[in-house]
Amino acid sequence: MCGIAGIIYRDGSQHPIGDEITRMLQSMKHRGPDSTGYALYGSSANGNLVMRYKLADANTPRDFEFEERLRKHRAIVESRLASLGARIDKVDEETPYAFRVSFEYDGDLKLLADFVEDIPDAEVLSLGRSLEIIKDLGDAETVHDQYGLSEFTGTHGIGHVRMATESEVDIAGAHPYWAYPYSDVAVVHNGQLTNYFMWRRRLERAGRRFMSECDSEIIAVYLAQEMGEGASLKEAMDKSLDELDGVFTYIAVTKDELGVAKDELAAKPLVLYESDDLVALASEEIAIRAIVDGEIDTYDPFEREVLVWKR
Amino acid sequence: MTQITYDARGLAEPFADAPRIAEIDGERARFDAKDLTTRTINLELRRLLYEEGVKEVEIDNPGSRHSLAVGILTRCRIRINGSLGYFGCGLVDGPEIHVTGRVGWSACENMMSGVVVVDGNAGSLTGAALRGGDLVVRGRVGARSGIDQKGGTIIVGGSAGSMTGFMMQRGRIIICGDVGPGLGDSMYDGTIYVAGKVKSLGIDCVPGEWTDADTEFVERKFRIYGLGSPPELQKFVCGKVLYNYDLLEPAERKLVL
Repeated sequence: MCGIAGIIYRDGSQHPIGDEITRMLQSMKHRGPDSTGYALYGSSANGNLVMRYKLADANTPRDFEFEERLRKHRAIVESRLASLGARIDKVDEETPYAFRVSFEYDGDLKLLADFVEDIPDAEVLSLGRSLEIIKDLGDAETVHDQYGLSEFTGTHGIGHVRMATESEVDIAGAHPYWAYPYSDVAVVHNGQLTNYFMWRRRLERAGRRFMSECDSEIIAVYLAQEMGEGASLKEAMDKSLDELDGVFTYIAVTKDELGVAKDELAAKPLVLYESDDLVALASEEIAIRAIVDGEIDTYDPFEREVLVWKR
Repeated sequence: MTQITYDARGLAEPFADAPRIAEIDGERARFDAKDLTTRTINLELRRLLYEEGVKEVEIDNPGSRHSLAVGILTRCRIRINGSLGYFGCGLVDGPEIHVTGRVGWSACENMMSGVVVVDGNAGSLTGAALRGGDLVVRGRVGARSGIDQKGGTIIVGGSAGSMTGFMMQRGRIIICGDVGPGLGDSMYDGTIYVAGKVKSLGIDCVPGEWTDADTEFVERKFRIYGLGSPPELQKFVCGKVLYNYDLLEPAERKLVL
């Protein structure tokens, strides 16, 4: 089933979006207990790049050499960043296998991501100057506490609670997906895509990489492909309605935009609330109620609607 | 926040009791649902209607919770001050319910009789498998509203999404705004009235001939619910081609022969 949620503050003001998205997702825990993920947009210190990456998955065997391997691979990541000319400012160990690195770097982001992911078991979850993707197994409160999200302030964000249907219960299968190598773009999705393999082969031939077997990853990679060729977020999302088959409602975000798209059957739910300063959307209205007090006017977008808001 | 318990089947709050917090004044009662769970709200509502003999209940702060006011099988009046989540007012038989906010997906699913008026918008599948009674949504409704409708009337003040009246079998739908693609797709019977633009007709949905009975019906419904003068409407019915209506079912053939 899965549940998706998003918020954007239109005036660009900073809010505790780590807490807010958590409240929204926790109220929809019944839609997906397998994993929870966030794509949060803040402002990194000194305009540095922030890379979130992991060195193991939930299903990675915890053998006797597991911890030693993590230490070794982490050291390789940092040495590879340095070898590309990145100046590391700070490294946070969020969990024994997930890390946040803040650094200065002016070079090619795709090269950097590829160089890191060349290390066994390494996956770059997000890379950008404002985007940070956090995802792990468990419900929203579990992941929120595990990664200290109460300290995260920002302007907008999206989240996802997953009921695994198309691929394994692991972190690689959890949403959001980063639109590799397009920095600061991420996607959450509720539904199933029926032309996944066709698009995967097509995008792989175009040089795009996939880190999971989850059909939802296609959307992020597809948008990255379109935006890389010059399309705006709205244009790329409009085009996706014709090119992606299946039932879907997805939310896509960039550093200053948040958009939602519904397929032509409008088979997956989405409730929308708009006020002068805030846009909040979720699979169920109770998620919006978790952050907005009092009676509110909401509505469901119709079929084939693409709506985009700027902050 | 109330801690919800689950039994081995995953059913929420299997041992919950009605909270007994309503203020009762003769045949009227009112309670605040703000700090209650879905199950305790419904238990309190049922206690008032079935044990206390209350005929009119007002519920504040429903908080868009799912499955509220379902399975009410008695004549009564319920006013819900706020919005409901999914499956609101489903499986009811007899009540008059007024929701001042919005309702989510599948409002009034399988309603047998009664009246439900929603001041705001409603989600997809509004009035799914409606069997009787009137459902009035003053705002807009989502996709597949009136799907599998078997009777009763759905009136929508705004626009409706795709596949409105999909596989409709009986009853009437009135849409005062526009409708999305696939109107009345695969409908067996029933009537759909639309005031605005129809993006496209579904399979076997065709324009119908307007009669005096249509005028009388629409005007009466608009009068009852204070909706003003009805707009000019187009009528759509089933073309009765898709399901081979010229062939008798075996049981029917036996009767005829």
